[in-house]
Amino acid sequence: MCRLAAITSKKYFSPIENILSIETMKEGYDGSGLGLTLKDLGGEFKDLKEYPVLSGICSKKGKEILDDYMYRIGFRLKYEWNPKIRPVKGIVTRDYYFAKAYEYPKSHRDQPINAKEDLLMNTRLSLRKIGESDESIFVFSFYPDVITIKEVGDPIQLADFFGLDRNGLKAKIIFAQGRQNTNYSIYLYACHPFFIQGYCSMTNGENTAFVPIREFLTSRGFPGYNGYNSDSEVFTHILHYTARQLGWPLTYYKDVITPLKVSEIETREDRDALRLIKHSLRPLCIDGPNVVIGFTPGGTCFMAHDSKKLRPGVVGGIKGKYALMSEECGLDTTIPKRDKSKDIFPMKYDMVIVEPQAEEVKVWNQQQGWTTIISSH
Amino acid sequence: MEPATRLDHNHQLSLKDFPYIIRWRDDRCKRCGNCTAVCPVKAIEPTVKVQRIVQSEGPVPTPSAVRRVVHVVEQVTDIERYCTGCGACTLVCPNEAIEPEYNPQNKFLHYKNRGGEGYKRGGRRNDPSVSTLDRLKFTRISMLTDPALDAGRHEFHVRTLLGRVLPPDELPLKSVNGKLVVDKGNGKFIPPVREIFPIMIGSMSVGALSPPMWEGLAMGVAYLNEIEGIPVVMCTGEGGVPPRLLKSKYLKYFIIQIASGYFGWDEIIHALPDMIEDPAAIEIKYGQGAKPGDGGLLMAQKVLKLIASIRGVPQFVDLASPPTHQTKYSIEEAVAKMIQSMSMAWGFRVPVYPKISGTKTARAVLNNLARNPYAAALSIDGEDGGTGAAYNVSMDKMGHPIASNIRECYLDLVKQGKQNELPLIAAGGIAKKGNLAANAAALIMLGASAVAVGKYIMQATANCFGDEYNRCNICNTGKCPRGITTQDPKLYRRLDPDKVAERVIEVFKSANVELKKIFAPMGRSTELPIGMSDGLSIDDKAMAERLEISYVC
Repeated sequence: MCRLAAITSKKYFSPIENILSIETMKEGYDGSGLGLTLKDLGGEFKDLKEYPVLSGICSKKGKEILDDYMYRIGFRLKYEWNPKIRPVKGIVTRDYYFAKAYEYPKSHRDQPINAKEDLLMNTRLSLRKIGESDESIFVFSFYPDVITIKEVGDPIQLADFFGLDRNGLKAKIIFAQGRQNTNYSIYLYACHPFFIQGYCSMTNGENTAFVPIREFLTSRGFPGYNGYNSDSEVFTHILHYTARQLGWPLTYYKDVITPLKVSEIETREDRDALRLIKHSLRPLCIDGPNVVIGFTPGGTCFMAHDSKKLRPGVVGGIKGKYALMSEECGLDTTIPKRDKSKDIFPMKYDMVIVEPQAEEVKVWNQQQGWTTIISSH
Repeated sequence: MEPATRLDHNHQLSLKDFPYIIRWRDDRCKRCGNCTAVCPVKAIEPTVKVQRIVQSEGPVPTPSAVRRVVHVVEQVTDIERYCTGCGACTLVCPNEAIEPEYNPQNKFLHYKNRGGEGYKRGGRRNDPSVSTLDRLKFTRISMLTDPALDAGRHEFHVRTLLGRVLPPDELPLKSVNGKLVVDKGNGKFIPPVREIFPIMIGSMSVGALSPPMWEGLAMGVAYLNEIEGIPVVMCTGEGGVPPRLLKSKYLKYFIIQIASGYFGWDEIIHALPDMIEDPAAIEIKYGQGAKPGDGGLLMAQKVLKLIASIRGVPQFVDLASPPTHQTKYSIEEAVAKMIQSMSMAWGFRVPVYPKISGTKTARAVLNNLARNPYAAALSIDGEDGGTGAAYNVSMDKMGHPIASNIRECYLDLVKQGKQNELPLIAAGGIAKKGNLAANAAALIMLGASAVAVGKYIMQATANCFGDEYNRCNICNTGKCPRGITTQDPKLYRRLDPDKVAERVIEVFKSANVELKKIFAPMGRSTELPIGMSDGLSIDDKAMAERLEISYVC
């Protein structure tokens, strides 16, 4: 089972914090992958917030193809970050790890955000297609103010490998996953977190409803719903589908993946809408065992479970810094000086929502509505 | 030259030609006559024979031949009175002196066309081989990485949707203060949808079934809904609905069928103002898996007073529904109109869907319905489906197996992204070997939203004798020895409707538990695993390829 460590903070912090917290949950992963997604970037990217950042890995040949492709379609390189690799035994070093900030092509500079997002996603998908068969190009995200790093290996060794403790990479929201490979291959594209157009999520456990959900998503006619090297990628795409494509408030994500029973729906004020949603999105219902941790383009982080809470998670912290973890020991490592009595162990109907800058934590319950609001300590 | 006496037998059939041979034991028989009285086809009769035996009675052997008159039970060799193998004789025999034995070497079909009339029967396809449904295995077992659920402890939701479901991007919703509300001013038609148990009782008409049988099924269905909380629905078949039921609160558990004969529809339409509940749905029958291309048929001997009044016809006339709807011109035009007319009759509050027989052309029908916003579902009845009366050739040789038909239709819907919009109902051969829950679950995982079962229900709830070796199968004659498919009071009084109802309840309660036992280890509980094809495998590569599932051995 994978281990998940998400931290959201008012101040910039280093991803090494996530790695150290993952390290304390070590018995839960096997080195089959580490994924890091950083949002609201600090350090070298602090002043590049409006420029989309392409994150990935290339071979030498792949780099040439990628640079040529990006240039041809009008992207102009603004800034490039490359980790200073320190070889570590057991980790196969690839040619070229990168995060490149680009200027939008002229044709898109004045376009609305949706059109820009579609351009970025389609570019990422094209690059993935070009480099997937010979593994010459891996691209994980292409979006303003977001960097994704993925590699196969032990997380703490990978931190050393990438020099995460010394290279100045910082952000206000960082998601990390230490992967335990189960029934899907060890493959970079199978590493969480998954990202699409500003929406990101990571999950532990397996998804028994994977195939019907995948079929539903891929048949929406949206080019970004592909990949699925891991059954958890669908959680990100369900989030994107409900929040961006359908334009529904975030809490309805919980109502889609774990719909209430008919009798429970009757107690809700929005029951007429819920009944329609339950029927219409029936194939997106999950059965777990999963805890899902995600963020939205606005920087809101959340945690939700399957309806039987087969993979419990925990949320805790102090004002200005909260962590959403799959295990409490990870939380203890990251934010040891907190009031543990206020840790939130979301129950099956709950969705914990941490607002940007970690100023406020709210628990939304499918039956009770907003139940807990913690805004100061 | 042969003696004339030998030639006299030349045109007679021998018992070896018959599908069932009666094994009668002289030493056990007490000559009570029960067997010959009960035989529905008079295949056995009491006979007097003269026997020559050699006996010796003294202290020393003194054999002498004597002639004695004995009473025996004898099977006749008249093809019109062939033993159907039903075994009613065995059932009534106090001494286990008689039973029919299947004769695999029979040449029954060589002869069963006397008078130039092809062999007609009831039942379903005589094919005892293992069906595709019974070869499907559930192989994705959750254990450690994804804990299995507990069928006894966890909450399960074994329900499905009957009715057209709107796609999410067409829902008339708007967000107000962080909550979604239905935009009433949008004017979007929201089709009616019923939440039902995924196994339904398939269409069997009042008329095809005897009054106690139909009543027993109806009582069982009502009890399952009202007391057990299992929302099982039952289709009436083409033959109208008993008037009291039409005006009762229980009508909501029934799907009313309209077929090409429109039997009973005058009465149904006239009862509309008095209905206090809407029916569960309306099924428009265009075809039947057991006899594609054949219409319904209720023989004159089954059209007694009750049936005549429910159907609105004179007594004792053959009631043949035409093979096709006479008004049917094209699916785009006439079928769409019929769906709309039926919808309109109930104010668009009732799902209306067509039923067709399994066919290579099912996808063409499906694609038309997918474009019709009023079509509520598509029911496909496979070749193993049952019937009360049909030509043997139609039953045995016509039709399409249900498994691949449902699968290709589902995958077609997936391609269009409409897999959740138009539910597929699968029928035909489910529980042929008694594996009701397993067959239903397999079809659901191939893509069906629900399954309909008929023949199995008759077998399981009323002990119908029929099997895949042409046992009994005389539903068409009105002589059903169990009293299931007859209108003869002497026969149907054998059947206790309360016992039928009890068995209906037992069958569905156990199927409910068994479905959970299948879904729990696969880690599914909150929604039906429709199209969860990664959970299925089969031990035949060609079948695996055709069904797009994995091959295992």
